[in-house]
Amino acid sequence: MSFHPLMVYDSERFQKSERARLDEGKPFEFTRERRAILDDMLTKYPPEQKRSAVLGALYLVQEQEGYLTASGMRHVAGILGMTAAEVEDVATYYVMFFRERVGKYVLQVCRTLSCALAGAERVTEALSEKLGIKPGETDPSGMFTLLEFECLGACDRAPIVMVNNEHWHEQATAESCSKLVDEIKARGPAALSGCHLEVE
Amino acid sequence: MEPILTKYVREPNSFTLDFYLKHQGYDGLKKALGMQPNDIIELVKASGLRGRGGAGFPTGLKWQFVDKKTEPRYIACNADESEPGTFKDHVLMERNPHLLFEGCLIGCWAIGAKVAYIYIRGEFFHVQRVLEAELAKAYAKGYAGKNILGTGFDCDIVIHRGAGAYEAGEETALIESLEGKRAQPRIKPPFPAVAGLYNKPTAVNNVETLCNLPPIILNGAEWFTSLGPEKNGGPKLFCVSGHVKRPGVFEASMKTTLRELIFDYAGGIRDGHKLKAVIPGGSSVPILLPDQLDIPASFDDVQKAGSMLGSAGIIVMDETTCMVWAARNLLYFYKHESCGKCTPCREGGDWLYKILTRIDNGEGEMRDIDLLVSIGNNIVGKTLCAFGDAAATPALTTVKHFRAEFEAHVREGRCTVPSDWRAARAPVGAH
Ligand SMILES: Cc1cc2nc3c(=O)[nH]c(=O)nc-3n(C[C@H](O)[C@H](O)[C@H](O)COP(=O)(O)O)c2cc1C
Ligand code: SF4
Ligand code: FES
Repeated sequence: MSFHPLMVYDSERFQKSERARLDEGKPFEFTRERRAILDDMLTKYPPEQKRSAVLGALYLVQEQEGYLTASGMRHVAGILGMTAAEVEDVATYYVMFFRERVGKYVLQVCRTLSCALAGAERVTEALSEKLGIKPGETDPSGMFTLLEFECLGACDRAPIVMVNNEHWHEQATAESCSKLVDEIKARGPAALSGCHLEVE
Repeated sequence: MEPILTKYVREPNSFTLDFYLKHQGYDGLKKALGMQPNDIIELVKASGLRGRGGAGFPTGLKWQFVDKKTEPRYIACNADESEPGTFKDHVLMERNPHLLFEGCLIGCWAIGAKVAYIYIRGEFFHVQRVLEAELAKAYAKGYAGKNILGTGFDCDIVIHRGAGAYEAGEETALIESLEGKRAQPRIKPPFPAVAGLYNKPTAVNNVETLCNLPPIILNGAEWFTSLGPEKNGGPKLFCVSGHVKRPGVFEASMKTTLRELIFDYAGGIRDGHKLKAVIPGGSSVPILLPDQLDIPASFDDVQKAGSMLGSAGIIVMDETTCMVWAARNLLYFYKHESCGKCTPCREGGDWLYKILTRIDNGEGEMRDIDLLVSIGNNIVGKTLCAFGDAAATPALTTVKHFRAEFEAHVREGRCTVPSDWRAARAPVGAH
């Protein structure tokens, strides 16, 4: 006889992982150009260390799909000789990878001390109000995502708003950010270039 | 002191190869390739060059420890620059990339490495573009790649983009990340000098550290030591940010006092305000008070004053800054960036943030203040990497110096520090 209580293996209580499920996304394959970039990247590491290129490969998936899909990660795993779980393990660690669909323009406001001392909280508030979303959310039109980021390494130009992981908008104010949003709406990606300040 | 590393950064073309070659560019490399690798290590030891990444460890010694019997060996250049308040490597790479390449090559020659990986943080993509374009020119002109300058020395430089993780700046975590894993530190020993990247001997050096090599090779060890106080030789980049009139990167001798850096170089505090507190070495180090600033900004003197020079990220706060708020801001950073590998840091950081939040919101109790100290002290020294100490520091140091402010929050149920820029509204946001 068993002292063990009767286990009910129903899907309500068991086999329910806490792990966030990744979006499967479209069936994925790199475009020929991106595959060439990845192949070139692989030449930079010892042949048996293909895994070193995983961050680069994930950036390429993100570029192609807008965010990291499960099928994209499996494709990367296949090329680099990793398991899908290993790729997911890496992808979930780094904040510059998006694991769900994000807006066409991701506004990343630096919130750490030097930027906060220069009024970053007010910038976030202004953007939040303007877009009608809270940090971490995407607006209904799918155009903008608002995120808070940690120190971007240019605190002398605080506060900084980074757009799409690369375009910096420096010494931001509530007004300049509101203008930036309008400019992006009006001119698209062209509004992003040229915001990077030269060294004074 | 006449700037050395940043002498030309204001010139429009300072980042180009042509400009660099006109200003003694790659002369250090030429001279170094004519020297024995061991002599270079001895020279760097004699110069007393200390790592600029945070720990201030002597670079020559680090190179000496690199196991010279195992092949291949690597240099991993730490360009992760993510310590809050630090932005010096940014300027060096954007405006003077060839200096970094030259430093990498000299380092590789000294320890017998054939590849230098520059691990640059993902957010510096505009800087990476500059580096890549200039590196291609250096390859084309024979300053990198095969048979460098016809000497038969082969050395590659590879730029590797990170993806947003503060912890990737820790040297073993950086190596893990280079290997395509999560940026979580390894247990030391073995140190990277023995088993680093791909388990091979690796020297992890900060960008500014490597940039100091060409001038050392050209001008000698004595010149270098003469630039600063004893054991703190050479030029140093200081990053001043926060409530100063002219935030920026300033190159100076470590003889310069912290007060001079804040009041002369950075133009002093905003008009009509007065200094309240200074974090002298990036967010991870203890606060110094306004009466503690008349000391040379050197590794040893700042340490004697009870703080650390760290990455020389000087964050200045005036009297409008609420210290509970500042500690809360930084603890959000640390709880967010903890790699989660060890419990005191992962759980402790989270609790420190929660408690600081409730005090900041006026919902704390008096015993919360001692609880902060108790949790902080249970993190310090009990973690795998130095991140743990760094995470506990903002809470411990603010309670130590500004306990009255914490008590006022609890007593009054609100912040009592008058502030123009911190509006009455609570900050929106995920935290
Ligand atoms: C949590 C943590 C973060 C770090 N971040 C950086 C960094 O962003 N850049 C850097 O150069 N060193 C950083 N370091 C220091 C490195 O571990 C290492 O000491 C340094 O790169 C060694 O180079 P150096 O001897 O030239 O200073 C960090 C250390 C820790 C513990
Ligand atoms: S101290 Fe923190 S960052 Fe360092 S290994 Fe432990 S959990 Fe990770
Ligand atoms: S705090 Fe925002 S860039 Fe450093």
